Parts: sequence; structure tokens; C-alpha cells
Amino acid sequence: MGLVDRGRLPAPLTKLFNLGRSYSMWVYQWGLACCAIEMGAAFGSPRYDVMRLGVIPLPASPRQADLVVVSGTVTDKMAPAVKRLYEQMPEPKYVISMGSCANCGGPYWDSYSVTKGVDQIIPVDVYVPGCPPRPEALLEGVVLLQQRIKNEDMAARWRGEGFTPLQRSESEPIVVGGGPIE
Amino acid sequence: MTMLSERQQLSYIAAQAADARLNVELETEGMTLNIGPQHPATHGTLRIIARLDGEQVVWAEPSAGYMHRGYEKLTEVRTYPQVTALINRIDWLGSFANEVPFILAAEQLMEVEAPPRAQHIRTILFELSRIANVSLFLGDLGVQMGAVTPVFMAFRDREYVLNLIEGATGGRFHPNFDRIGGLKDDLPKGWIDETRQVMKKLRNFCDEIEDLLFGNEIFQSRTRGIGVIPAEVAKEYGLSGANLRASGVDWDLRRDQKLPLAYDKVDFKVWTHPDGDSWARCWIRLQEVREATRIVDQLIETIPSGPVMAKVPRIIKVPEGEAWVSTENPLGEMGYYVVSKGELGPFRVKIRSASFNNISITPWVLKGVYVPDIITILASLYFILGDIDR
Ligand code: SF4
Repeated sequence: MGLVDRGRLPAPLTKLFNLGRSYSMWVYQWGLACCAIEMGAAFGSPRYDVMRLGVIPLPASPRQADLVVVSGTVTDKMAPAVKRLYEQMPEPKYVISMGSCANCGGPYWDSYSVTKGVDQIIPVDVYVPGCPPRPEALLEGVVLLQQRIKNEDMAARWRGEGFTPLQRSESEPIVVGGGPIE
Repeated sequence: MTMLSERQQLSYIAAQAADARLNVELETEGMTLNIGPQHPATHGTLRIIARLDGEQVVWAEPSAGYMHRGYEKLTEVRTYPQVTALINRIDWLGSFANEVPFILAAEQLMEVEAPPRAQHIRTILFELSRIANVSLFLGDLGVQMGAVTPVFMAFRDREYVLNLIEGATGGRFHPNFDRIGGLKDDLPKGWIDETRQVMKKLRNFCDEIEDLLFGNEIFQSRTRGIGVIPAEVAKEYGLSGANLRASGVDWDLRRDQKLPLAYDKVDFKVWTHPDGDSWARCWIRLQEVREATRIVDQLIETIPSGPVMAKVPRIIKVPEGEAWVSTENPLGEMGYYVVSKGELGPFRVKIRSASFNNISITPWVLKGVYVPDIITILASLYFILGDIDR
């Protein structure tokens, strides 16, 4: 893949790669609190069945994962571990922040020991609001992320520039069920 | 000592040296194993630090606090109705059960009592949250021992219970339905029929799990006789709930305590097991799900009529005083010590959650076990991280 390494990739090829990438995501379940159970219901239950979306929820370690779902309360004691996990993941990597706690602190907005939002320590691609969000909402988040990946400039990602859209339109983080956040 | 020739002496020394070298090689070096904070085998973010000698644990210690959210402090800056929304999230699998003791404590201070219908429905929802909680434990148990199927079954049947809770309260997970003096709403139409159906499904689920998991030879050999906790030790460490009953102590707050809940109107069996091993703990929980379905079955047939809300003022001010109420939650004894100074919110709340005491026994019970058994013992002790750290 010399073309990819050199950061030059013809657009049709990018589209093809993106299509492949978006439907073969290994997702690491970083379950921290109550939301973890809803994530388990979304990823592990026959009723919601995430594999039909082309997402495989059982990598053995973050080193094999493309996507991490941070679900639940990130406390200040846990924050270094979350950051470490994110750093262990290979590029290209994506983050879904699930639940109010991971988004902004949720019901513990005034607590002394809770990190008010996981986006303070790692970049987040999709926010799923709710306390807890229904499993359907998480699946919606996954679908939105897939759409985003399909429209990503892969070469920029390889150059280490993070998410860059092919058409410059949607570079804001996605919020499930809502517009862009302020 | 007979005189040795020089040559003999040398060979003697060489042999000694070889022996010593061999000893050094065979001596196993200790190793520290860190499990968690995030690991599929720990429910959430508990960290266990274990010192190993070969395959055996010499010393193990849980390191809690990864999920500490400062509940006791937060309750001081919330009003009473807001506190219920917060404490839902302590034991997140059986959320409704967390609200009940706190509400009862506040009611005690205010000297109001919920109408009989509200008490009844409270008890039903309490037992439903027990089913929702423990059925997931039964599924999870398989995963911890390498069997993946049970967890799919648990999620499948748990959804039915969550639907019931959602139907009655509007919240799948965190209902926030209990109010001081009663309940927010009455039951919706058709809910009782639905519940009857679901309880049948849940009993089927229990039968399935009993066949599939408890009847499995591997499961049996990995749990029977492992992690034995004698009754005395269990009491000393303050275990409660199924962990205590699995050690043969006949103790159940639902039966032993007089609270304004409808437990005195049903007859149910408190299961105990004499063995105290991992198997007993799992088995007791299985029986408890069954028993809970029976309790719900009895209760839905006898719901009294009447209002679901007593007369309480709009703005709730709890008079000065202190109250302690604890109930038999899915994980064990959960209690709140509420100190009120006559204001809108509590002055101080001490939360006694079951899991904190339940895992305090890990250093004792993990001593000397083999590494793979750490996971099964922890699984059978059954804790929820939010319940440990709060
Ligand atoms: S957002 Fe709500 S449900 Fe999710 S972890 Fe936080 S408190 Fe729990």
C-alpha cells in the first residue's frame, strides 16, 4: 500500500477502502458504569444484534480494535487508564462516547471525583446522549459513524491529521438525535 | 568423619554446588498479577492485585475506587426528590430496589406511609428489579467460565423484564419512580396480564440455565468445593444477601423485618445452602430468581385498590431527625442512614451498599486458590462496581 503510506490515494480507491473499513469494525467495549449494561444489550443481545451492521464486538484487546465505545462514568482515577487504552489502539481509530456521563459528567456534574466528559482526554467522534441511552441509540451512533468513515479522507488520517472529510462539510462531532453541539 | 582424599573432597563440593544451583532454579519466583481495572472478567472496573507463587495466590487485594462518584457528598446538595434520581445509579442492574430504602427512611422521618396499593406495587417492582439484576448474573456466570451462550439467553429474557419495568415506570433502567408517600403513577392497563406471561418465560429461562449451566460438568468441577466461606467468616466480614445464605445462614431482611412493603402478604421460601462454595452461591441466586417470580405472581393477583399516593406537601421538607432503613436488595443488605435538619435536602446520608462488604472478603477467600479460580470466585461473589464504590 505504498499509495496510502505516501498519503496519495485516488478518490475511487479511497471510497472503496472506506466502504470496507466501515463494515468491518472491531469495537472494544470499554464499559464503565450503568451504560455498560445497555452497551452489552446492544452488542451482546439477540434482540439488537449489532453484527448485522458489520461490527464485531469481541476483540481480545484494544490493540485489535478500530472503535472504542466509552460508556459510563469516567472518574478521575480511571481517566489515565482510558487515555492509555486509547493510545494502545492502532490508527485509524474512532471513539463513541455513550451516555451523559461520558459526554459531560451527567448526573454527577458537580461531583468532586468525576471527569466531566471523556472528550477532555481523548477525541470523540460520536456522542450518544441519554442516561442511559437506549441500545437503539447506540446502534444509531454506530451507523452515523459508519457514514462518517465512508466520507473520510484516508490519506489525511495516515498523515496523522485526524478526521478530515472528503468533502469539507461535516467536520463537527456527531450527536445522535441532534444537530452539532456548540 | 572419615578422611576424604582431595579428589573426593572436590567432587563433594562440586556436587553440593550443583545441588544449590538446582535449588535456585526450581525455586519459583513470586509474581504480581494485576487484573483490571478493565477486564472482561471483572464486572466493570474493579482492580485485583494478586501476588502469585506459581499458580497459587499468596495474597490478593481488591483496589476499589475506580468508580467512586462521591454519592454521599452529592446527596447533601440535592433535594429529596432529586436524591432518588441519583441513587438509582448505585446498583445499576436493579435500580428500583435502590430507591426503596431511601424513600422508606424519608417517609419514616416525615411520618407518612404509602397507601397499601403503592406498597404493593413497590414490592412488585422491587422483585422485578431483583429478577432483572440476578438473571444477568446467571448469564454472566457462563461468560466468566468460557461459555458464551448463557449471556445471550440472559439478555434475551431480561429484555422482557425491562419492558415491564419500562411499561410501569417509563424508564428501562433508571425508573426514578418512587416518591415520598407513594408512587408517581398507577400501573398501565394490561400490565398485569403481561407480567403473568413474562414470569412464565422467566421460569423457563431458569430451567434452561439450570440444565445448560448448572448441569454442566465443567461448571460443576470449577465451582464445587472452591472458594468455601464458612458461616462464621461470612458473618465476620459482614456478607449479606445470597452470599451469606449460601454459607448456611438463614437471614433474609424481606422476611425478618417489618417494613411497609407487601412481603408479609406472600409466602416465599428463603433458600439456604450448607456448602458455602462458589456453587452454592450461584445456586442460591438461581433459586432466588425463581422465588422472585413466584412472589410477583402472588402479588399481582392481590393488588388492593385505592390511590397510589398519600397526602404529602408539594414542597417536601423532612423534619429534623435520623432514620436508618435497610432492605434486602438483589445484592444483599442495602441501607441508608438519613440525617435531616429540616431542610429541602438531607444533611447527611450514609449509604451501606452490599457489594462493598461482599468484596471485602476477597483477600481472605482468594488466599491459596489457583489463578483460574480467582475469576469464578469473584463471579460467584457477585458485585456491581457502582455498588462498591458509590
Ligand atoms: S449516563 Fe447515566 S446511565 Fe450512563 S453511566 Fe452515567 S449515570 Fe449511568
